Amino acid sequence: MKKLSKCYIGLVLAFLYLPIAVLMVYSFNASKSRGVWKGFTFDWYRQLLENESIMSSLYTTLICGFLAALVATVIGSMAAYGIAKAKSKSSFILSVAYVPMLNAEIVTGVSLMLLFTLFGLELGFFTMLLSHITFCIPYVILAVLPKARQLDWSLYDAAQDLGCTPMRSFWKIMFPELLPGILTGFLLSLTMSIDDFIISFFTTGNGVNNLSIEIYTMAKRGIKPEINALSTIMFAVILAILIIANVGAAKKDNNKKRSVRI
Amino acid sequence: MKKNLCLIPLYVWSAVFIVFPLLIVLYYAFTRDASSGMSLSFESFSRLADPMYLGVILRSFKIAVIATLVCILCGYPAAYILARSNSRSKFIIVILMLLPMWMNFLLRTYSWLTLLEKSGLINSFLSLFGVDPIIFLGTEGAVVLGTVYNYLPFMIMPIYITLLKLDQSHLDAAADLGANPFQVFMKVTLPFSVPGVLSGVSMVFVPSVTTFVISQIMGSGNVTLIGDIIEKQYRVVNDWHFGSALSVVIMIIVLAFMYFINRGDVEANNGNGGRLLR
Repeated sequence: MKKLSKCYIGLVLAFLYLPIAVLMVYSFNASKSRGVWKGFTFDWYRQLLENESIMSSLYTTLICGFLAALVATVIGSMAAYGIAKAKSKSSFILSVAYVPMLNAEIVTGVSLMLLFTLFGLELGFFTMLLSHITFCIPYVILAVLPKARQLDWSLYDAAQDLGCTPMRSFWKIMFPELLPGILTGFLLSLTMSIDDFIISFFTTGNGVNNLSIEIYTMAKRGIKPEINALSTIMFAVILAILIIANVGAAKKDNNKKRSVRI
Repeated sequence: MKKNLCLIPLYVWSAVFIVFPLLIVLYYAFTRDASSGMSLSFESFSRLADPMYLGVILRSFKIAVIATLVCILCGYPAAYILARSNSRSKFIIVILMLLPMWMNFLLRTYSWLTLLEKSGLINSFLSLFGVDPIIFLGTEGAVVLGTVYNYLPFMIMPIYITLLKLDQSHLDAAADLGANPFQVFMKVTLPFSVPGVLSGVSMVFVPSVTTFVISQIMGSGNVTLIGDIIEKQYRVVNDWHFGSALSVVIMIIVLAFMYFINRGDVEANNGNGGRLLR
């Protein structure tokens, strides 16, 4: 890269990481108020574990994310498989299912809140979970459908000719082909659910908070340094996962190249 | 009949949790509370003619358009440099650009307060050079900054992915035929990247025009957007009818916007520049 280009990329990265760096540095700050540096401390990390409202919102976020991703993956994968099997474009049901992904989040949130309230469901964990499943399904379909459209249906027929039941030939032949797409869809849903604020904001209640809402409520009284500590930990974990995944992928790549050379 | 069985959960789920809730929003938007239950009314929509609300809708538009333009102007060069470079660190940089998206966006946005407040880091830094404290927060500029900060990666990535597909030989051919670098960019690269820019625009514009958190944080309550008013109708005033009418307005904006983006995409595909390369 030329020098000027390098500088520009550096500037963009600096812009993206400046607030994150500030946040991380202040998670080690002995002073409680921002803007004042009073020396290095790990106190906030210790207090984080003792802070019940942050920890319970963390559990809520993780459990809701996991369950929502699971249900959305089942419904979305089945739908993608069904659409591919029908060999039609199914553009009508697809455009309806993609609505939560394309529409403004605030409208999705508000409309679901109206639905739950009219049906007398008390806003809380369950309603938040239903909403998360709703906006996760399109991402699963998006991830699985291309794989499902590439499926070779003659293999499925061949397996049945050789004596497999339809169920068995699905699990033996089709499912392994779909699996990468299903995993991508699951992870995509998990990220979407964990990061969501707007839809959760309208569809939860009764003191059930996910992390985003906890942060939003907390910010009215001033962000606690514990939450900086928590996000520093989360950032480190994600960075580690990405590095491990990429090193693994690079190794596989090298092995492939080597075997080709041989 | 297996295909129908597989699709049933999606049909049911979409009907109950997507279509029906939107119908409820429409129902509330076109009714009002009357002594004998609800009655058909356009009252909520006529309230929108109030200059205050029109001003808010216009301001939401203005901020979203400016933020989207800034994202294109800042994001395009970055995507271009990354796509054209052969450097080994390229993929690390791409991952670094995506990584912030995994951090809670509220926290990242609040972090700007530490930087921008009157006694914040940037003002402390400037005061070393004798510059008087600048008030950043509470202005429309700050809201634009917060929006650009949150959605810039969503603009860079689609453009980057589109430009990766651009074949070097097309650029060489254009240069061989006598085009200078500027002409090569205007006649080959730019038309080729239009679909990427359009999908970036749709990923940035819709959330920007409807945000209510970024405006609350960065605008310190001084900058009211359409999202803030909707939030207030449901959370504070409890006027579901007016809140639903505003939601309908947002849906119309989004639908119209999607229509133009799709048309632009079709045109870009049929246009000379893009077509030649495909």
